[in-house]
Amino acid sequence: MSTEILDEFTSQDYKYGFYTDVEADSLPPGLSRETIALISKKKNEPHWMLEWRLKAYERFLKMKEPHWAFVEYPPVDYQSIVYYSAPKKAQALKSLDEVDPEILKTYEKLGIPLHEQKALAGVAVDAVFDSVSVVTTFKKQLEEVGVIFCSMSEAIQNHPELVQRYLGSVVPASDNFFSALNSAVFTDGSFCYVPKGVRCPLELSTYFRINAAKTGQFERTLIVADEGSYVSYMEGCTAPMRDENQLHAAVVELVALGNAQIKYSTIQNWYPGDKDGKGGIYNFVTKRGLCAGENAKISWTQVETGSSITWKYPSCILKGDNSVGEFYSVAITNNKQQADTGTKMIHIGKNTKSTIVSKGISAGRSQNAYRGQVKIMKSAENARNFSQCDSMLMGNECGAHTFPYIEVKNPTATVEHEASTSKIGEDQIFYCNQRGISTEDAVSMIVHGFCKEVLAELPMEFAVEARRLLEISLEGSVG
Amino acid sequence: MSLLKITDLRAKIEGDGREILKGINLEIKAGEVHAIMGVNGSGKSTLANILGGKEGYEVTNGSIQFDGKDLLEMDPEVRAREGLFLAFQYPVELPGVLTTYFLRTALNSVRQHRGLPAMAVREFAAFVKEKAKLLELSDELLQRAVNEGFSGGEKKRNEVFQMAVLEPKLAILDETDSGLDIDALKTVAQGVNRLRSSERGMLVITHYQRLLNYIVPDVVHVMVDGRIVQSGGKELALELESRGYADFKESVSA
Repeated sequence: MSTEILDEFTSQDYKYGFYTDVEADSLPPGLSRETIALISKKKNEPHWMLEWRLKAYERFLKMKEPHWAFVEYPPVDYQSIVYYSAPKKAQALKSLDEVDPEILKTYEKLGIPLHEQKALAGVAVDAVFDSVSVVTTFKKQLEEVGVIFCSMSEAIQNHPELVQRYLGSVVPASDNFFSALNSAVFTDGSFCYVPKGVRCPLELSTYFRINAAKTGQFERTLIVADEGSYVSYMEGCTAPMRDENQLHAAVVELVALGNAQIKYSTIQNWYPGDKDGKGGIYNFVTKRGLCAGENAKISWTQVETGSSITWKYPSCILKGDNSVGEFYSVAITNNKQQADTGTKMIHIGKNTKSTIVSKGISAGRSQNAYRGQVKIMKSAENARNFSQCDSMLMGNECGAHTFPYIEVKNPTATVEHEASTSKIGEDQIFYCNQRGISTEDAVSMIVHGFCKEVLAELPMEFAVEARRLLEISLEGSVG
Repeated sequence: MSLLKITDLRAKIEGDGREILKGINLEIKAGEVHAIMGVNGSGKSTLANILGGKEGYEVTNGSIQFDGKDLLEMDPEVRAREGLFLAFQYPVELPGVLTTYFLRTALNSVRQHRGLPAMAVREFAAFVKEKAKLLELSDELLQRAVNEGFSGGEKKRNEVFQMAVLEPKLAILDETDSGLDIDALKTVAQGVNRLRSSERGMLVITHYQRLLNYIVPDVVHVMVDGRIVQSGGKELALELESRGYADFKESVSA
């Protein structure tokens, strides 16, 4: 009986699989100096930006794709990827009315109608459709308090001094293969600057979509919180069903200066591939935050349910004394999905503190790995870390793996690591059944209970969406 | 009218040839409290699990009527909604799931099945408070995750509390006394006694006579090797205590 319901869950079709018919202005596939120059030219970029890209490309050519993660996939042909694709009618839009109705329809299907959000949630949305920002709302309200929130392209045009100062300061182009690739070819993304002492009055959010066929998605996000400021940023993703694997190599950089706080929340629900793992997104992302000043705080919260392959380690460099890094993660894999995700906490300043709470749920024939590094440098007097990594297995064919790396160079440090692996038990399900609760509700309840500490960290607007996602994709197989 | 009628029930563990229940006959009427006593391995808990609908057993013969319906045809959650409650010997933990949320979901599933409207949060809180008062049990357990980090006594108390909230027609208490000290035992027994009513049947499964000092049964059955070998009044429990199970075993094989 219960197996039938579980099969139903695990064989559920991806609910956001559809394709929007919008005329795209694309470059031919392939990567070369010429492609990069063309991207830069199409975006009307200043010369320094092109130089920066080309330098990154030089580094990229000398690097090799990393294969240390606990994932397997066929080789990626970087020459068959389209590196630039923009919806044609997407120039200089001032209001939602000017947005292509096709695009608006897509958002409605996703359950994120901009109109509603505008009215209800008070969320400023910088919606990224393919690679170019389509519309930005609430800009004015943000401008009043001096918050700059715009697309990366606009930032390059209008705030070159900030971009030049901070772009690549946390994740240098040379950091890794994918960050180098991103630095060379990124087409757009979000930029946010919160000035000194300002508490950003809105939750900022971006919805990403991957659309045009074979378009690699190379987002670039940069958030700078100046001294004593606060910002909460939400990123959420769903993607239409595609047959071919799509590469996504984003770079997200956060900079928190003294006494500043950045809260970065992600819901990632890209197409995970079908039951046999065909199709789906390769999500190779570099996310890193720098607590540059004293008492700075960066908090990453992520709910990862999509992509066929996830390779992602949102990290914190705790440079300022008393700075704080947090990482709260729920990663769910089902069918043939593979996830290798976790965090790095690099303690440099005195009295720095980090917390890691990771919840991995594996179902179907998936593999789910937590990989985390805690590094206490010599200078980090009285640094403290607490890590908790819990894994839950659903069924007998999936795997959960934990790879903690702990490196302590200062004897005053306190590092704690707790890990557990549990299996959603037949006994738990039966217990719920025996109280009149259906297997469907029981699984949902147990999974929510398991992820509770992480879900509690999400902003309200996201918590609802996260719950819905859990219901759709997390109620995995038991048996 | 009989609430539960078990006729010549034979069952084995799935994928294992061993027969555990070898022809059980048992009838419980509304308002009656029956006790089944037996040593470990006599099949007591298997019977409880089969009544609850746990997977892993194969019924090879016989029938079970519950309130006039074929129990074996129902999924476990339907049995619960129809009014069958199993107080577990080892209640499982549900980490992170608040007891109050769990119980409200359970109660509303049961209510929906019976054609009653769902209970809202506030109404449920009042309802639960009343139940706690009735049982003279504290309702602080409600604010904790289901059985997580509970002591043995707390777990059993929680089972009785859930029973009070779900108001079953038939309650099966599987070794509710195991692992309890005398004070906890009294508290739990008192709770059970408060829930005795002319409409409700109870089946108390235990190894020891001790529990039956506090929950006094109308009928006692002795179970040996998958069969009920003797039935009688409450005095049978005392007899069993003084003679020991060995005597009954011999009478079976004789």
